[in-house]
Amino acid sequence: MPNRIIKWIDQRFPLTSFVKHELTGYPTPRNLSYWWNFGFLAGFVLMLQVATGIFLAMHYKADVALSFDSIQHIMRDVNYGWLLRYMHSTGASAFFFVIFVHMARTLYYGSYRAPRELLWWTGQGLLLLLMATAFMGYLLPWGQMSFWGATVITNLFQATPFYGEQVVIWLRGDYTVGDATLSRFFALHYLFPFIIIGAVIVHLVALHSVKSSNPSGIDLAAKDNIPFHPYFTIKDLYGLGLFLMVYCVFVFFMPNSLIEPANNIPANPMQTPNHIVPEWYFLPFYAILRSVPNMVGGVVAMGLSVMMFAFMPFLDRSRIPGGAHYRPIYRLQFYLFMLDMLVLGYVGYVPPTSQTMLIGQIATLCYFASFFLVPFISKVEERWLIKRGLPPQLMALMESESAGIAKRKLKPQRRKGDMA
Amino acid sequence: MNKSDELDDTGRRNFLVKVTSVVGGVGVAATCVPFVASMNPSSDVLAKAETEVDLSDITPGAMRTVAWQGKPVFILRRTPDQIKSSSASNGGSDPEPDNKRVQHPEWLVVVGVCTHMGCVPNKEEPGWTCHCHGSQYDDSGRVIRGPAPKNLEVPPYRFVTENKIIIGKA
Repeated sequence: MPNRIIKWIDQRFPLTSFVKHELTGYPTPRNLSYWWNFGFLAGFVLMLQVATGIFLAMHYKADVALSFDSIQHIMRDVNYGWLLRYMHSTGASAFFFVIFVHMARTLYYGSYRAPRELLWWTGQGLLLLLMATAFMGYLLPWGQMSFWGATVITNLFQATPFYGEQVVIWLRGDYTVGDATLSRFFALHYLFPFIIIGAVIVHLVALHSVKSSNPSGIDLAAKDNIPFHPYFTIKDLYGLGLFLMVYCVFVFFMPNSLIEPANNIPANPMQTPNHIVPEWYFLPFYAILRSVPNMVGGVVAMGLSVMMFAFMPFLDRSRIPGGAHYRPIYRLQFYLFMLDMLVLGYVGYVPPTSQTMLIGQIATLCYFASFFLVPFISKVEERWLIKRGLPPQLMALMESESAGIAKRKLKPQRRKGDMA
Repeated sequence: MNKSDELDDTGRRNFLVKVTSVVGGVGVAATCVPFVASMNPSSDVLAKAETEVDLSDITPGAMRTVAWQGKPVFILRRTPDQIKSSSASNGGSDPEPDNKRVQHPEWLVVVGVCTHMGCVPNKEEPGWTCHCHGSQYDDSGRVIRGPAPKNLEVPPYRFVTENKIIIGKA
């Protein structure tokens, strides 16, 4: 009977072939390490956030007079409301953690290189959507940190040329962050996850067109690919088990460790807390904003710091595959960049003093330098590695790759010649 | 037969495609207007424009914070020392003489919103300090240090009697 139903569907909809092509039989490099688990984990956390968010929305009230109390109502009165809320608030941090690891893996192994540029850029778009969603969600509890975080971030649009003032008022629907702002942030916080789901589908279509990268950086021959199911379904599920252990420790034992205590004070537009900090996942970017002494410059630097990742396919000039795995200088650069991110995060967390300002400015310079120096360093490093001697197979592969690129560049010219 | 009636007249077709695209585009843009405009402040928000303040119980050197359009407004009754130090300089990165910022040297009225990122600065003698990003203002509300690009804004206000002001109307 089930076979007959599937047959009936298959005559009208490509169910079996789709599942076989994109899931069970999807060819996956057999040498993927656990660092390749984090895309799946991000998808899992997205589903978790959507599910908990929808149920929280059934009890939440987006009104300046009611929202703070409705959170207390969720925590105390709603059945398992505390669990839904802690899962959602911990889930936000988990989402950023997973995405940051996912991005770090891409940077480390050079997975952004041709032909995966579009895959990387759709990921960059997803990061921006994720940041916007998290930022708007943070206003909803209407605590002091919520209010002043939203005030500071909407104020960034003051840097818009000519219309700065009007743009900020338009975004808030009021002269300050108020009821209009809260309602629209709630509406958009509910909408954006569905845009994210759409963008994830685009991300996955791009992935399934170019296939996964792998630690060697070389596109494997067909015989070195194995079907996604059962090999990687089980590997992803094992990773999920480990992830859920850590996640549950936070949800059940330290749910408030990631929530600023000041957010337990209702929003007060007349009084800014002495020390306002964003959520941990925004700290490095916030530190860059604070490090530039000029306001517009700070906003531009912060925006650029998030967007810098998108330039990596252009900045990295090395033809050596495998990213940091086979490139000692790039590897060093990668770890220094991670260290710089931690320094920036620390500077973003502590109150501004002249000393931390200086550290922040140096770290900001290092942040941008580590991107802008990539073209030169990668070129020099490539020359050095070739001089030192590479395995002949690798040399042959690089030759064929660069021949392919040269061929692609010749194509349009030849077409032009044909027409003439 | 007219030339434009020919089946393979691509010029006519291209023209129609262009005109239809332009008209369609204008239609889409016009439809966006009400949606974008609906996000601007509504009438009830626009209505809370003026605030009346009684100044009689503010002692010299003391400051009162009142709400105007939902924003805090600092009213500082300055001591002779504060007036003297404020009028001695023109401030920092946004120079402006003190007498341009007050109607009566004793009373400083400024919007208590840091011109950098919109935090409320704290009264920390002398002047104010914004703890968000470390901007400092003097007793005339002028920025003397930090990332803030401009001085604290002076709202439109007028003295109705000697001890009463209306903020929101000059």
